[in-house]
Amino acid sequence: MSTQQPETQEAPEDPEMKGAKSPVDEREREGGMVDQTAVDRSDLEGETVHIKVFRYDPEVADKQEPRFDDFYVPFEKGMTVLDAVMYARDEYDSSLTFRHSCRQAVCGSDAFFVNGKQRLGCKTQIADLEQPVRIEPLPHQEVVKDLVVDMDHFYDQMHAVEPYFQQEDLPEGDLEEQRQSRENREKVKMSTRCIWCASCVSSCNIAAGDNEYLGPAAINKAYRFAMDEREDDEIKEHRLRILEQEHGVWRCQTQFSCTEVCPKDIPLTEHIQELKREAVKKNLKFW
Amino acid sequence: MYEHDVIVVGAGGAGLRAAIAAHEAGADVAMVSKLHPVRSHTGAAEGGINAALQEGDDWELHAYDTMKGSDYLGDAPAVETLAKTAPEETINLEHWGMPFSREDDGRVSQRPFGGLSYPRTTYAGAETGHHLLHVMYEQVVKRGIQVYDEWYVMNLATTDEPDPNDRTCHGVVAYDVQSGKIDGFRARNGVVLATGGPGQAFDHTTNAVSCTGDGHAMAYRAGAPLEDMEFIQFHPTSLPSTGVLISEGVRGEGGILYNNEGERFMFEYGYANNSGELASRDVVARAELTEVAEGRGVNDEYVHLDMRHLGEERIIDRLENILHLAEDFEGVDGLVEPMPVKPGQHYAMGGIETDENGQTCIEGLYAAGECACVSVHGANRLGGNALPELIVFGKRAGQHAAGADLGDPEIKTGFGEDVEVEDGVDLPVEPGDAGLGADEGVAADGGVSADAQGSLERAVERERERVDRLMDKNEGIQHAEIRSKLQNAMTDYVNVFRTSDGIKKALRIIRECREEYQDVYVDDPSRTFNTDLQHTIETRNLIDVAETIALGALVRNEFRGAHWRQENQERDDENWLKHTLISWNEGEPEIFYRPVILEGKEKTYEPKIRSY
Repeated sequence: MSTQQPETQEAPEDPEMKGAKSPVDEREREGGMVDQTAVDRSDLEGETVHIKVFRYDPEVADKQEPRFDDFYVPFEKGMTVLDAVMYARDEYDSSLTFRHSCRQAVCGSDAFFVNGKQRLGCKTQIADLEQPVRIEPLPHQEVVKDLVVDMDHFYDQMHAVEPYFQQEDLPEGDLEEQRQSRENREKVKMSTRCIWCASCVSSCNIAAGDNEYLGPAAINKAYRFAMDEREDDEIKEHRLRILEQEHGVWRCQTQFSCTEVCPKDIPLTEHIQELKREAVKKNLKFW
Repeated sequence: MYEHDVIVVGAGGAGLRAAIAAHEAGADVAMVSKLHPVRSHTGAAEGGINAALQEGDDWELHAYDTMKGSDYLGDAPAVETLAKTAPEETINLEHWGMPFSREDDGRVSQRPFGGLSYPRTTYAGAETGHHLLHVMYEQVVKRGIQVYDEWYVMNLATTDEPDPNDRTCHGVVAYDVQSGKIDGFRARNGVVLATGGPGQAFDHTTNAVSCTGDGHAMAYRAGAPLEDMEFIQFHPTSLPSTGVLISEGVRGEGGILYNNEGERFMFEYGYANNSGELASRDVVARAELTEVAEGRGVNDEYVHLDMRHLGEERIIDRLENILHLAEDFEGVDGLVEPMPVKPGQHYAMGGIETDENGQTCIEGLYAAGECACVSVHGANRLGGNALPELIVFGKRAGQHAAGADLGDPEIKTGFGEDVEVEDGVDLPVEPGDAGLGADEGVAADGGVSADAQGSLERAVERERERVDRLMDKNEGIQHAEIRSKLQNAMTDYVNVFRTSDGIKKALRIIRECREEYQDVYVDDPSRTFNTDLQHTIETRNLIDVAETIALGALVRNEFRGAHWRQENQERDDENWLKHTLISWNEGEPEIFYRPVILEGKEKTYEPKIRSY
């Protein structure tokens, strides 16, 4: 609930980074895109915020070599990281590229690496961060351009766990719902809040080293169904078989980095552990 | 070139439901969306889904509440279809695994919402839309429906007969945001527009930045009329700094509105003596702004919404998401202090004119969801009625586009004998095409050929040329400047309270934006993920849509639902029980009217004074 963010963590090394150079491999360019002589700051009220934004475009000669650009954004109370990059884009450099849409923490498209931690740009208050605020694309994902990363692998892993309700035996009659206890809804509630932002996967050392690892987001998605009492035991067993495969739940080393960065406070590590216990109970394979 | 039976544009609630329905009807379906489906704005809907599920409630009551809420501008055949179908569609979502909130006996919970005579809003915490979006996307994955995500649809490919009623839509032109490739998508059976709302026409809005009225503008340019565009809903409880939505569920659960004197003004000043905070949205929004105008607002800007008395347990159980929003976006802890709220643009009741089957007057062109006007919401949408609209009419549009027989519609579309044409609107400016090159105009520029292949190929060619021109130009004005000017004009002059002079000012500024747009250029030279280009095209759509909103607001010289006019503060049933239609015709917007259908299957909804 607090807007105070925990201490930042260091990005782990990524041996398999493809495409752009990792933003961690920082090549700073003093001054950046903003020619400060060109920006009249005398009429700006209050303070300005200094943000350093990662830039890369495979197509544009000037940007093929990854770099950081500096922008100075007039601060307003309540300003978020997303507000700051939008201001920089709209006022200084319209080629600055990032995904964003709902700006209220439900679309999950603006997860960035901010001061060394995965965060949603729209719900991170600029005032809470140390300056200059360093804004980079999510680590361990291929960079498409600037802050935009390729999400295909993330979606593939999500799809690999059969992320859809599979109970075929439904109550008769169009108007008869399946019963679900309040307790059971409570049990799966947090898992259903995932907005597919990929922060957790980006923070996970194991996912970084094992491209086939299902990763915390997909496993949480599977948890959402496996623990839902509306699906029967047979389907649950089928789900556990997918999860206990070599690159499934047993890859998790309980480092809690996913849980720490989740913007929806989903206890991801706990969910993964619970699925391990379920797999053991069913006498499934232990990798 | 891609080819499918049905092409669904947009992948929010209505698009997903349409795609599933078309697939179940046997069609080869593809969805084309500028976002990934789970990023769609439906995910931000918080309140719930109205459906008469419980004993003691029935669809007729739901239909009655909706007609009354609409201020008698809803069409009864559409409203009755909504109310009748909502229960089975809501339970269908449950069967697909939707995590609805539950009662002790395991059945789905329902709660009261504004303007409802029965607690019939089915909900999943205060994040119903998020779950609805994800559950339907899961079903799309299950069925293996093809999704082209991050493909931005730029225009429709329609034939060019002089009368829009004779035109056919054969597909769409889109560009792959990741690579910049522009290509055609041919629809053998039909195109379903499910592109959402146009909230970005306003400065203070609860809508996502992606809500730019793309479908509205494309259909308008192709010749389909836009209906009742003047009716914009301003949600009474958005956070002042960002426009982030605070669900009506807060008031549904018993949240109270206070002014700066600590008075419960909805009762204290007689805005709604019976329903208080749960009067319909237009009533509450006007009450709040009146309080501010009369000096009883907090910081001269907003009022307070208090839910502390509900107790932590109930808040966590039913409104937890609201605590996070208030904390993250306003720095307020809703458990210990009231939340600041003010009206924000929230929903467009109007949209692309369709019949009950989702079809427009153009053969093969459908619309569903917020971009469409069928019309169920009339002059004011009741909270909890947007989500059933998505699933009910999304499904029907998908089925019909796939060739299913849904029977003849009772609602007529397009320019016909039953319409009344407005002659001589007193406009401050010619809103037409002056200053717009033929290609850049809002003309029916989808295609210039009468055959399917030809019209699509020409449309693709035209869009490639358009993009080349925008990219080749090296100086001029940037979209962000025009967009911001447009948004401010709409918020200043076409807001909750409207005056003739104000609306005319807005129209002048919109016209300036049009002229400035002639000189727009894209600074980013890259074809890779060029959001500069995408936002530039979106801005043109916003100009078209804003103009229709302002024009509709200017000509409707009465007060109905969300549309308040200073000059005429009374509802005028004698002259205005009719829909405003604006059609792009030979270089300028043409305004005409069609009577509202108050006659349902078994009963007629007689207009009554709306009191709450």
